[in-house]
Amino acid sequence: MEGVQCDYLSELDVVWDRSETLTEKPFHYCPGCGHSVMNRLLMEVVQELGIQDKTIGVAPVGCAVFMYHYMDIDMQEAAHGRASAVATGIKRILPDRFVFSYQGDGDLAAIGTAETIHTVNRGENIIMLFINNGIYGMTGGQMAPTTLKGSITSTTSSGREYDRHGYPLDITPLISQLPGASYVTRQSVDTAKAVRKTKKALTKAFQFHMNGGEGVCFLEIVSNCPSGWKMTPIESNEWLQDHVFNHYPLGDIKPFPK
Amino acid sequence: MKHEIVIAGFGGQGVLSMGMTLAYAGMLENKEVSWMPSYGPEMRGGTANCTVIISDQPVSSPILNSFDIAVVLNQPSFDKFQPMVKPHGYLLYEQDQIFNADCRQDIHAIGISATKEAHALNNKRAMNMIMLGALLGTNAIVDIPSVINALKKVLPERHHHLLPLNKQALKKGQGIIHQVAEV
Amino acid sequence: MPEKQLMKGNEALAEAAIRAGLKGYFGYPITPQSELLEYLSRHLIDRGGEFIQAESEVAAINMVYGAAGCGKRVMTSTSSPGYSLMQEAISYIACGELPCLLVNVVRGGPGLGTIQPSQGDYFQAVKGGGHGDYRLIVLAPNSVQEMADFVFKGFDLADQYRNPVLILADGALGQMMEPVTFPDYNPEDNLVDHSDWATQGKPASRGPNVITTLHLEADKMEAVNLKLQEKYRTIMANEVMIESIQTEDADLVLVAYGLTSRIAHKAVELARNDGLKVGLLRPKTLFPFPSQHLAVLADQVTSMMVVEMSAGQMVEDVRLAVNGKVPVYFQGRMGGVIPQPDELLKRIHQVYSSSSTQVNS
Repeated sequence: MEGVQCDYLSELDVVWDRSETLTEKPFHYCPGCGHSVMNRLLMEVVQELGIQDKTIGVAPVGCAVFMYHYMDIDMQEAAHGRASAVATGIKRILPDRFVFSYQGDGDLAAIGTAETIHTVNRGENIIMLFINNGIYGMTGGQMAPTTLKGSITSTTSSGREYDRHGYPLDITPLISQLPGASYVTRQSVDTAKAVRKTKKALTKAFQFHMNGGEGVCFLEIVSNCPSGWKMTPIESNEWLQDHVFNHYPLGDIKPFPK
Repeated sequence: MKHEIVIAGFGGQGVLSMGMTLAYAGMLENKEVSWMPSYGPEMRGGTANCTVIISDQPVSSPILNSFDIAVVLNQPSFDKFQPMVKPHGYLLYEQDQIFNADCRQDIHAIGISATKEAHALNNKRAMNMIMLGALLGTNAIVDIPSVINALKKVLPERHHHLLPLNKQALKKGQGIIHQVAEV
Repeated sequence: MPEKQLMKGNEALAEAAIRAGLKGYFGYPITPQSELLEYLSRHLIDRGGEFIQAESEVAAINMVYGAAGCGKRVMTSTSSPGYSLMQEAISYIACGELPCLLVNVVRGGPGLGTIQPSQGDYFQAVKGGGHGDYRLIVLAPNSVQEMADFVFKGFDLADQYRNPVLILADGALGQMMEPVTFPDYNPEDNLVDHSDWATQGKPASRGPNVITTLHLEADKMEAVNLKLQEKYRTIMANEVMIESIQTEDADLVLVAYGLTSRIAHKAVELARNDGLKVGLLRPKTLFPFPSQHLAVLADQVTSMMVVEMSAGQMVEDVRLAVNGKVPVYFQGRMGGVIPQPDELLKRIHQVYSSSSTQVNS
């Protein structure tokens, strides 16, 4: 029918839209992967806080290696394990910018452990995001430092054994003991409620630095890897809830300083 | 005119600072200079030496294997550097530290009781300046006032009250050589 | 006239870096370059820069990567084993075309080696060092004055070509003292605007600036390589620096860089006293290498002799440049031993008398 006005209808229909801080490039992440949610949340927070022109991110080597394709902010791609050192260099040179690093478990807690601990220990005024899914996703599903006992990976074909492979490295509580850490929390993105909580934690972390807070804000996201775990997205989230969160319990480990 | 000098002894005897002061004084007289230390673990309580070159022409190699003048403050340095003094060159040694001063006949070997003289000045750390004074007594490479000006640069300000003592020590060393020459 | 100061090479280099507008230094202690780090720890922060003693050379060079990616003048310094640790990130820095200054005050190797001076890192410095096809601009000072001068030159070249610049010194140059004067240099007059590529925060007026070295499609990665190679050719055509000493009438020309060029110079003086027509060609830039100068010289002399504190590394480049026109001899010491003027003189006499016969050595 000609002449029917339905603009109001299309406006009403928009219940969610891509943040302007995200580019139009579709994510390459596997269906159901927590990285997609975290990439989106990060850019939503940057948009809502109005700091797109002041935020500089550092991408890891790992599944999120291409995250700078999706984020409409200035970014640097770091060598494997060195994101927090690169972020340190950026923040020290441009102290009025907001700088975050984003790393997986192999990147942050294996090859980059020294940089992780010392960046936190110096109390750099940056946000460190740690996506812990217990596996090397990008290289084909090898054992990660955080892989739990019994987990089958491409380098632990009969499951992780403590006497042979060592224990899962629970690095976040370790980090929280360092005086340079101002805020340490462990969150997840497996449910809508968890996503909202994570977004709130991320917002508070940026606001902390915007208000002149000093020290590292360290956010671990206990996440999934449907492809690496050989599960459907729903199964992988259920696995998190049934088998992983008891090893890596969620919640604030070190609240913001009063 | 060019002087190629090595100064050697134990760490703590003021070997490196003696050389540095001499080089600085040369620079203040608009000469070309270089100061090359031995460095590393041997500096920590062991032997130390430095090569100082003072010249009217740009210095080519800062590293040498023959010297116009060697100032040696212990036996190992005496033994090591004696053969490296050029014929008719000078070997100045702290004679109380050297128990075997057997020496080549084609060089001027002069023993100086610098430690005793320093004690006489009530400051044993002045030993190196007595040796430097003696060195300048054999070869007027730089003037004493230049050395004093160099010390003003080399010494931290809190030690500037020691400048008169250092001047005294330099003159003392220079005087010893002049006496030797008169005899 | 600027005041002359008597300084150690390491300290002169550090002071020059501050005067060149250094905004960030990231380093880790290692002998024989620690004075550089110590000097900057004392003076840089008060004079407008950031200083971090990092947890390792790996962290330090990655801080340089991040900071250089912001388009400001930044640097690190280290010595041989530490420089080896930095290689991965230097490859990234070269590929990302991030201007910065690197300093390797070389010590004797391989392994933990010795803290005495060496030139055993030549291959690592000029042939890449890390993975992939890349080049650094490599400057080789031979005096305390040049330890300072090459810092200004190095930062200018780094900015001009968006390329890391390496100052390849050695332990003796770092530790020795000579008079130095600092040029009248205002960094503000020499700074290059890098805001078109550097990550400084994205204003609404432009797209994001991204620094990455990952290009999975082979044709894109080849394009990156071709662009780099084009830049290196421009550098080779325009930035060679040499010093020539008495080469005009020379039968035998010594080729040496850094500290050994000073010793070779002394040997030339001694040989001239003995009536031998000997000269010295000193590359001041090791990349770009003075291949053309050497090729021209090869038409004029009867032989050449390369002197290095290594098993013979630069000699390969000299032989490539000379391309068999004349014999190229080699005299080297390793492991921290410095060749002495008289041993060079002895060798010069040998070579000089046999230079009509083709002897390979």
